[in-house]
This record gives sequence, C-alpha cells and structure tokens, in this order.
Amino acid sequence: MGMTITEKILARAAGKTSVQAGELVNANVDMIMCHDVTTPPAISMLKEKGIDKVFDPEKIVVTPDHFQPAKDIKSAELHKRLDSWAKEKKLPYYYKLGRAGVCHALLPEQGHIRPGEVIVGGDSHTCTYGAFGAFSTGIGSTDLAAAIATGVLWFKVPTSMKFTLNGSFGKGVYSKDVILEVIRRIGTDGALYRAMEFVGPALKEMTMEARMTITNMAIEAGGKNGVIGFDETTKAYLDGRLKGKTDYTVFESDADAEYVHEDTIDCSALEPMVAFPNLPSNGKTIGECAGEAMDQCYIGSCTNGRIEDLRIAAGIIKGNEVAIRTIVVPATPEIWKQAIDEGLAEIFYDAGCVVSAPTCGACLGGFMGILAEGEKCVSTTNRNFVGRMGHPKSGVYLASPATAAASAVEGKLADPRNYL
Amino acid sequence: MAKAHVYKRDHVNTDEIIPARYLNTDDVAELATHCMEDLDTEFMAKHQPDDVIVCGDDFGCGSSREHAVWAIQGAKVGAVIAHSFARIFYRNCINCGFYPIELHGALDKINDGDELKIDYKAGTIDNKTQGMKIEFTPLPDFALEIVNDGGLLEHIKNKK
Ligand code: SF4
Repeated sequence: MGMTITEKILARAAGKTSVQAGELVNANVDMIMCHDVTTPPAISMLKEKGIDKVFDPEKIVVTPDHFQPAKDIKSAELHKRLDSWAKEKKLPYYYKLGRAGVCHALLPEQGHIRPGEVIVGGDSHTCTYGAFGAFSTGIGSTDLAAAIATGVLWFKVPTSMKFTLNGSFGKGVYSKDVILEVIRRIGTDGALYRAMEFVGPALKEMTMEARMTITNMAIEAGGKNGVIGFDETTKAYLDGRLKGKTDYTVFESDADAEYVHEDTIDCSALEPMVAFPNLPSNGKTIGECAGEAMDQCYIGSCTNGRIEDLRIAAGIIKGNEVAIRTIVVPATPEIWKQAIDEGLAEIFYDAGCVVSAPTCGACLGGFMGILAEGEKCVSTTNRNFVGRMGHPKSGVYLASPATAAASAVEGKLADPRNYL
Repeated sequence: MAKAHVYKRDHVNTDEIIPARYLNTDDVAELATHCMEDLDTEFMAKHQPDDVIVCGDDFGCGSSREHAVWAIQGAKVGAVIAHSFARIFYRNCINCGFYPIELHGALDKINDGDELKIDYKAGTIDNKTQGMKIEFTPLPDFALEIVNDGGLLEHIKNKK
C-alpha cells in the first residue's frame, strides 16, 4: 500500500520507513512557531517544572502578533515575558516590533518554512504551512513547552482526505472561495483528526499566497493539517528566501495511497462565497446574499492579509469611496512597506480606509476594530464564531479580499465581479 | 454529587469557552471567572465545583488556546462530556491532566440538572436522576498515563 505525503513526512520525522494512519509516532519537530498568547504560558510552565532547556534555538521562530503593539498592560506583560525569554535563550529568529508580523504570514515570507518538515506552532492556524508540502499543525501551550524542551512530540498519524481542484478560476473568484466551498460541503468537523490534501490542475493558477489561504483554513473543517504538494511555484517562492538550512526533502503521495474521502471542486463553476455567522461552514454564494447591510469591512489576517490580497482589494476600491468603516491590516512589515511602495496605501487612504500596523488585532477580537452589539463585519479572516470580533451579538461574514472590498464600497455584501 | 449543565449544541468553540478579550492573561483564577461566558453568561453563577458540562459534537473547536482548558479547570468543572471533541482541545485536555469524556449520544442520556457520578477507571457514568448506568470508552493507555501523571510536562519529568 502506498503512502500519502502526510504519512511520508511523519514517517521520516519518526525515523521509520513507513507508517500507517492511526499509528502513534514520536516525531522530531523541525520548526516551532511561538507567539505572544500561547508561548508566555509555555515558558512559565517550563520554569515552574524546572525544565530550562531549549532543544535547538535555530528551530524556534518567535514573533509577537496577536496584541502587538501591546494593546493594554496585561498584553504588555505577555510581551515582556516573551521578550526576556527570547533574549535569555539567545534565539536567533526573534522578530521584535517593527519586524514582527502575523505569524503565519511572517514565517513563510522570512524563509522559515521548508517542504518535508514537521512544523508545530502554538496557534491553530499553523496548518497554513502545509501549502509548502510540509506537515504542519497547531498545538496548545503544554505541547509547545514540551516541543521547545525536547524537540519531540507524539502524533497520531491522520487518515487523509483528497480534494481535487479542477478547472480555471473565473473573474472575481479566488482561493478563499474554494476553501469556503470545501468547508460548506464537509462542515466544521468534516475533517476532524484528518489531513486535508489538495491536488489538481487549478493549483497551477495559484500563487503560494493563494495556496496558503486554503491550507490556513483546514482547521476550520477540523483538520489536523492541510497539505499541498511541492511544485515549480513552491520552488520559485523558496529560492533565495530560506534562512539557515537551505536544503529540504520533497515528498509526494503515492498513486495507490489511501484516502478516506475524495471530492472534486470545479473552480470554473465557483462563485464568490460569503460564510455567514457563526460558522465558517455557513457559506452562501454572493448571488444568494448580496445586499445584506454591513457596518465594517476588515481586510487582513493570516488568511488574506498578504500583498496579493491588498492588491486585489485596492484594485476594487480604487477611485471609490468606502461606505462603511474599512480597516486594512498588512500582515507583516514587509507587506506594509510594499503596500506603501506600490501606492496601495494611498488608494486605501483616498477611499477613506484606515491602514494599520501589522497585527492580528481585530481578527480575534483583540483590538483595532472591535464590533459593537448588533454590528456586522465583512472580513477576510478565517473564523466567524460567536463574538469572534467583538460583542457576542455581533456577526462576522467571511469572504475573499475582492468580495470584502466590493462590500466596503457598497456598504453591503456585494459581488466583486461588478468591479472587475 | 455532580450536577450536569447540558448545552444542546454542537461546535461549542474556544471563543465561547474563554473569549479572546481575556487572553491578555494566563492567570488561571482570572480566566476561570469568565469560563463559558459567551455561551452562557450565567454559567459561573449556577456552577458548583465538580459539576459537569455536557455537549454535542466537536466541543472545543477553534483556537488552540489552552486557556480554554485552564478556564474549565480553574472553574473546578468536574468533567466535560461531549459526543466528540475538536482535536487540539482534546489533546490540550490530556496534556493538562484533564480527562475528556467522549460519549456519543450523551445528549440523549443526560438531561440538564441530572445528578451524575463518574467512574473513570471503569468507564461508567451513573446517572442517579434517571437511574441509568452509561458506559464510555476510556482513554487509551498512553493518554491515561499522561493524565494520571498530572499532565504532559510532569509525564516527561517522570520519564527521565
Ligand atoms: S490573524 Fe487571526 S487567525 Fe491568524 S493567527 Fe492572528 S488571530 Fe489567529
């Protein structure tokens, strides 16, 4: 029996020639992502237990992002704990304010993600990095502490689901619409404990940024990891970018690998999608929901706060005045600078949007765009649970940057194809 | 005796268990005061130590924040019984030494306010109110070992 890419990566990391879904393995971890919410508790746990070791400083990347710049005294204390630990351990990849950005946008951009590796992070959307042909998954603080100290974690090898992306993208349709459609089909626990593997010719049309939007949201279907195989696009993105180790191993699924579920998405037939509160699986086509009044538009996050996303949004907003509060959050300092250099920031300013510094900010209801009772926000983020961006009686409508931008212009959910 | 607080809901997520607005701290006592706040603002008022939360599928989905488990532990919730758990939450429970009870059909067998007695070793729940013995599948051995050690870090220390 053949193996999936997920099985092969875990087998390698566990020092085995083969593994099977369901098997428990102890895997060596190649990279650990640390941010300001889940890492400070991990550091405290390690101190408390008298475990003071960092298994390999080269394999840890630290960036404050959720509440940075510190939003209040308590988050400033979290940052202080993160800062003194990163300095004490002399971690070479510690991104301080000014270089720090939304973790899942920053790590690939700064060349810390390599194909074939096992990557963990104290954040559920760590599954993003699977876009590079890696096994990548989110963990909590205790696992994070254990990984930092030992470099080893146990995993149950997941069964895999295969999603074949066919066809060609129509005008106004993007990878966000693909993943919202997938989650609409299988539900928010449709991939529980499983790997979601994406294959098919439509991937050729997707940049690494677009692919990351898909794997980013694997967790919204309950997935353990999302994964996309390596190709020329991956190689082109990585060339000249990798920090530290520049070699990597490419794995691909065998033709006779086993999948517990297979589905096909015809990208040509997709329409812009909006996921209504309070589940990412509440997807509707824009045709079904255009006209629903909004109070705010949020363009940012690890899902869609990359330069490509800002370009798409700016293309639609250009020359228009936004009808609702519109907050644009470039995910990293590099994206922020690019947005200025390319004139995108000016387009947003002219249209009456605010452009903030890189942060997770309002994506998780932290700060910089919190919703009041009853307010509705069309957002390029990944999660629309109760109270996610503010008051428990506010609502988040998940959409692509194009749909969000068109909706900002009209003040209600709007079809981006009318602007392209 | 533990009382059941039943929420006939699937996908109770970590934002409901501990909203992100409180994630600027990891102080367990403080987190506990907001336990389940966005699901049920009355929860902490009616909850007594050792009471049990009962839910449907996919409990704890969403963010990887272990704060959700800490809030539940800090609030002295006796157990969480759910049809199924989201993966990261389930793993976090084990890592924190908190036993998640997976019980398909729990919502049909336990009503709000029922008095329960849980025997973890035997894998049984005695529903005193309904006079019913309910069986659940105990945790696999390796996970049980971690829980019994009081969590993953103690477990790692013990192994050394
Ligand atoms: S941008 Fe939002 S979803 Fe992404 S890591 Fe930050 S808080 Fe989480």
